[in-house]
Amino acid sequence: MRLLPIVPALTLLVMLGPVVAGLWGTVRAAFGHLPGAGLTGPNLDAFRALGDWPGLPRAVMLSVTTGFGTTLIALALVVLLVAGWSGTRAFAALERLLSPLLSVPHAAAAFGLAFLIAPSGWIARLISPGLTGWDQPPDWLIVNDPLGLALMAGLVAKEVPFLLLMTLAALAQADTRRAGAVAAALGYGRTTGWLKTVFPRVYAQIRLPVYVVLAYGMSVVDVALILGPGTPPPLSVQIVRWMGEPDFSARLLASAAALLQLGLVVGALVAWRLGEIAVAHLGLRWIASGHRGVRDAAVRGAALAGAGVAALSILLGLAVLAVWSVAGFWGFPDALPEGFTLRTWMRQGDDVLAAVGETALIAGVVTAAALVLTIGCLEAEVRHGRRLTQRGLWLLYLPLLVPQTAFLPGLQGLLLGVGADVGRAPVMLAHLVFVLPYVFLSLADPFRAWDARNGAVAAALGAGPDGVLWRVRLPMLLRPVLTAAAVGLSVSVGQYLATLLIGGGHVATLTTEAVALSSGGDRKAIAVFGLMQTGAALIPFALALMIPALVWRNRRGLQHG
Amino acid sequence: MRSFALLAALALPTATLAQTDPTDWDAVTAAARGQTVYWNAWGGSTQTNDFIAWIADKVAEENGVTLEHVKLTDTADAVTRVVAEKQAGTDTDGAIDMIWINGPNFAAMKEAGLLFGPFAEALPNWQYVDTAGKTVQTDFTIPTVGYESPWAMAQVVFDYDSADLEPLGSMQAILEWSTANPGRFTYPQPPDFLGTTFLKQVLVDLLDDPSVLQEPATDETYAEVTAPLWDYLDALSPTLWREGRAYPATGTAMFPLIADGEIDLSISFSPGAATAAIANDELPDTVRTFVLDKGTIGNASFVAIPYNSGSVEGAMVIANALLSPEAQARAQDPNLLGYSTVLALDTLDADQRALFDALDLGIATLSPEELGTVQDEPHPSWMTRIAADWDTRYGVAQ
Repeated sequence: MRLLPIVPALTLLVMLGPVVAGLWGTVRAAFGHLPGAGLTGPNLDAFRALGDWPGLPRAVMLSVTTGFGTTLIALALVVLLVAGWSGTRAFAALERLLSPLLSVPHAAAAFGLAFLIAPSGWIARLISPGLTGWDQPPDWLIVNDPLGLALMAGLVAKEVPFLLLMTLAALAQADTRRAGAVAAALGYGRTTGWLKTVFPRVYAQIRLPVYVVLAYGMSVVDVALILGPGTPPPLSVQIVRWMGEPDFSARLLASAAALLQLGLVVGALVAWRLGEIAVAHLGLRWIASGHRGVRDAAVRGAALAGAGVAALSILLGLAVLAVWSVAGFWGFPDALPEGFTLRTWMRQGDDVLAAVGETALIAGVVTAAALVLTIGCLEAEVRHGRRLTQRGLWLLYLPLLVPQTAFLPGLQGLLLGVGADVGRAPVMLAHLVFVLPYVFLSLADPFRAWDARNGAVAAALGAGPDGVLWRVRLPMLLRPVLTAAAVGLSVSVGQYLATLLIGGGHVATLTTEAVALSSGGDRKAIAVFGLMQTGAALIPFALALMIPALVWRNRRGLQHG
Repeated sequence: MRSFALLAALALPTATLAQTDPTDWDAVTAAARGQTVYWNAWGGSTQTNDFIAWIADKVAEENGVTLEHVKLTDTADAVTRVVAEKQAGTDTDGAIDMIWINGPNFAAMKEAGLLFGPFAEALPNWQYVDTAGKTVQTDFTIPTVGYESPWAMAQVVFDYDSADLEPLGSMQAILEWSTANPGRFTYPQPPDFLGTTFLKQVLVDLLDDPSVLQEPATDETYAEVTAPLWDYLDALSPTLWREGRAYPATGTAMFPLIADGEIDLSISFSPGAATAAIANDELPDTVRTFVLDKGTIGNASFVAIPYNSGSVEGAMVIANALLSPEAQARAQDPNLLGYSTVLALDTLDADQRALFDALDLGIATLSPEELGTVQDEPHPSWMTRIAADWDTRYGVAQ
């Protein structure tokens, strides 16, 4: 424990070095400075070229609407669901259903949704030609629609489980039951009472996850490629397109667009913060008004239906992936394939197993490292008061707020410079940059919100600081710790660009293999890898829910809600 | 305007490395034994991946070379990687030993001095290559001069559902059919390779004399030559699938659209792919292929070796194995891959020929005679400009 005081600095270094170096490279390139390609700046040519791109206004607009739309809808669903239903049997069922769905990789969920809702998707097949009279699918623009509605739907379905899990982890720290009982005794409806008494406390703990959802929705690439529009695409997808062009002047353009994207994300976060202040202001007046809530039941029903649809869309999506993975020929409007075969699984078997091993090894090591650093940071706060400043915290979140494409090539250059550019270890370091913030994000608030009087009692009984940490604090925080580990694993499993660029293509994980296949449209192979990807991340989440229930089966106070 | 001139700045003197002289083949095979070759190749097709795995087994057994397939979504990723290594001074033992490449990526790498060579014409199996009849020594009009080795021929064909339409003989006929049957045709969104190929195919078919496309596009010629293309697309776009407001992302994303009954007609760069897809349950068995009356564009797929590969000998052994009659016959088998051979069959002995004669090309594959005239790829400068203009006119349109 002698090293504890330097852990916060070490943690920041692990992430700041790569991000700062990568961003520095992006800034230089955006201003025309790319010495490797014989270009020296500074100049504003790339920004001028970006301004001349006719798709810019709509690409920017798409990024903004997708980010805000996704965040608002997902947050509203989660808050109203927890407000109206927490503690009920329906909620327990939905929680068990939704929480593991967090682990479904974004790409797999997006494919599942696309296979469901497309004009030739499973829903249309199930009701055709009987109800619709369609012998061939209608020419309707549902997936890849210009407004990005399908993209938003896919993201909402994925973010509802994320925010729900974060809310549940936070709820464990809030005294919800008594607050609810008091509110009910005063005649408040269930939802209204929860919103007025519990929500302000819970939101303070899930604020950063909400910001991450906002930033992610604005800069997502893989889901946008599958469900989003292409004429033009959201800004982040266009950045990836430009990065992929063999001509290096397109890189300058991409760097300028990446800076714009960064600015958009920062602007959106500021706008959201202002919105929070406004809502808090209005909320205080609402609470003071004493309204007990009249449309409580309708709101409750809508929230349950919305969350149910989100869960169902992912579950049915997985089901349709499962069907595709064993399908023979499957034409429209057949509800099921003409035949079933294991051929796709046999064909992909060796590749899948190799990728599973690689994925598990990387994710395991990275998550363990992230947990050690995170708990070290948080414990250093407790013992030495070395609390990350607010500015330090924002730096911690940079990897989540900056589009990956903006700094990964810079990171690649950095690793090349020290000759550590290829192989598993550098990939692990790169994954750590993305995994650490998520682990920190999901663990920090529950850790800090832990009631320190428990520690004071333990100390009075003779426990040293280590004893308090290992024998009281961490056991009591078992659920958030395991949740954080599961989040870390699933983040690592889902990394694509970091694995491909830093691994030099030598590190084949389930995600790199699946995305490589996805560009080819072989839905059976995609289905196999999507299912395996899902499985790789599902098991940790199942354990994160099960282990606390088992370990604390005789400690009712440690099982929330 | 985009140009590859920037890369020229990278064309600094390449360090002379201890790489074996390609003409000393015994030394090459000796040095190759025990090497691991990372072949960066597009990984979007199960059939292609299976074929590469088969080649890996072959060279492991016969030559002691380990082949690892690095599955790419975009070949440009590999090019970017080599450029980054050069910038960082990684001039030996880079991450990439071989790239499946052609067109602008080859032009960029060659111009920037990022390729090892010349080696292709020193390979023992080069003797079988059809240098007279196939475009294996130029790549989009750029001379290859031995810096890349061909391994498959591609030619534009149109895949169509014979349950819904008859073969169409010209781009004009396709426009008329699409106008009468709106929403049943589309093409991948440029700058996707197949999407830009469709645009070039339109232009080549509409022009009375497409030879102007063999010269680099200039500001004077470009507007006039491409005018018929834009008139054509203005008429075609509203009749396309989704009224041209969305396009499939890649060429292989087209087959699921046909299988789903969303479209009846699609473009492909692989004459045997439809048969292979039918065998793989990815297309209905009513799909057939046709070419245009005036012929269609064709080109070759190549492999190239980055200048900083630490396993050039192993890569050359694999390039040679890809040219073996056995591998070429396997690649042409529509049940396995369906890529046309780059070899001249009259150079083969009777046993080798028998491998090809035994192939059943399959129900949807045209015979070499039916494939007709192969038209040359235009100079890359046309494609670059046309793709950029397409994006402005249709890619970001309302």
